[in-house]
Amino acid sequence: MTNVLAVESLSKQYGPTTAVDGISFQVARNEIVGLVGPNGAGKTTTINIILGVLEPTGGSIRIEGIDVATERSRALECTNFAAVYAPLPGNLTVYQNLRIFGMIYAVKRLSDRIERLLRDFDLERFRDVKAGVLSSGEQTRLCLAKAMLNEPHLLLLDEPTASLDPATAQDMRAKIRALADERRCGVLWTSHNMYEVEDVCDRVLLLSRGKILLEGDPKTLPRAHGKDTLEELFIAVARE
Amino acid sequence: MTTVRTAAIVLRHLYLVSGSPARMLPLFAWVAIDMVLWGFITKYLNAVSAAGFDFVPVFLGAVLLWDFFTRVMHGVTMAFMEDVWSRNFLNIFATPLSISEYVGGLVLSSIATSSVGLVVMLFLASSIFGLSFFAYGIALIPFLLVLFLFGIALGILGAAIVLRFGPASEWFIWPVPALVSPFAGVFYPISTLPRWMQHICWALPPSYIFENVRAIVAGGTASVSELMVGAGLAVIDVILVCWVFVRVYRHSVRTGLIARYSAESVS
Repeated sequence: MTNVLAVESLSKQYGPTTAVDGISFQVARNEIVGLVGPNGAGKTTTINIILGVLEPTGGSIRIEGIDVATERSRALECTNFAAVYAPLPGNLTVYQNLRIFGMIYAVKRLSDRIERLLRDFDLERFRDVKAGVLSSGEQTRLCLAKAMLNEPHLLLLDEPTASLDPATAQDMRAKIRALADERRCGVLWTSHNMYEVEDVCDRVLLLSRGKILLEGDPKTLPRAHGKDTLEELFIAVARE
Repeated sequence: MTTVRTAAIVLRHLYLVSGSPARMLPLFAWVAIDMVLWGFITKYLNAVSAAGFDFVPVFLGAVLLWDFFTRVMHGVTMAFMEDVWSRNFLNIFATPLSISEYVGGLVLSSIATSSVGLVVMLFLASSIFGLSFFAYGIALIPFLLVLFLFGIALGILGAAIVLRFGPASEWFIWPVPALVSPFAGVFYPISTLPRWMQHICWALPPSYIFENVRAIVAGGTASVSELMVGAGLAVIDVILVCWVFVRVYRHSVRTGLIARYSAESVS
């Protein structure tokens, strides 16, 4: 397995506060890595740094071997993201949003790609509906469709199923799993739903106060630390 | 630089304008009202003043040129503010889009929207009030070019201010043309102003334009050297504000402002 994302000694300091404290990890092709941790652990900060919207204090990030600090545009061409706190503009329709972001990612055969995504994410009937009037679950599906536009090699998902009902969340997990398996895509996935992480992630990184405290297979990691479930392990770490 | 990314920013703005009467109407409504208002004021002044002096090319022409500048500036700022209002910074800046592609898109959006206002103004001023832009001769081209460049410069500066100081600072931006106008000599010769104001006037590109508008209307010719100074200043202003915007953007990336703009909003 080759790495699609390589994070090395990454740190972010806000004055006296350390948000991310020298973390290193990789995401391989076909791999879904869960980034979990309590609120304020540094998960979103890490994702923002990888996306190039936040400058790290130290360390390096390489996406497909491309340094984000020096070749941001090229690195982000093969990356995409969906985050629960970054809905697409509500004053544009579903189709308009996908077209604009498809152009920004320079997607080839864009019209065909949009039609495919509208079908895959069950958004066809909302094609000409403004994104702002969609339910939160429908908006999340739109964000995920946007995240798939450029068939990314690296997909960053910040609580992607937070506002989805259990059935839709399961469908989305299956789609993302299929993307990782079929498209040789690496996924970095943050979630507070430990059952979801256990179900979908190949590997989990447990982050607390900006450091990676534990790393391993989400199915075997709890037992290795004397806990029955990942949720129990998470709670124990969060309360330390 | 990829043209398709710049085109995406323009297309986004066209989608927004074409789908919203609240965005469409201001493209021509306010400038049309200005033309009608100043058209009748100039007609009245022509009627009550000493015979021989035509106020139409002096006042109505000046209002038209000033409104064009204002529409250009607001065109850039509006296109930028759409990302602020829709909390779209994270989505936009976490893409391969470069700053030059983004700013290029804002400028092209402004060209599209300000052109609508210019056509409407030209139509009203010429058809109702008999203003002929042929009276300005070939100098009309540098007039429009310099005002366009200065409008772009102030528009980008406005975007940089909002990016740096947060959404509430948009209220600093909209009155900028009104703030600049006393120094630009839109309606009166620069020599009318006190000395300290004149120093500021000569640093502003529009001052050179409106001085030359009056010179042509008075029967003289445009000063090529003055127009070149105005154009040079406008180009310097554009370069300077692009540098400022990039600095502000980098500061925002360093401090996390871009990410917070979307995730938490900045008050």
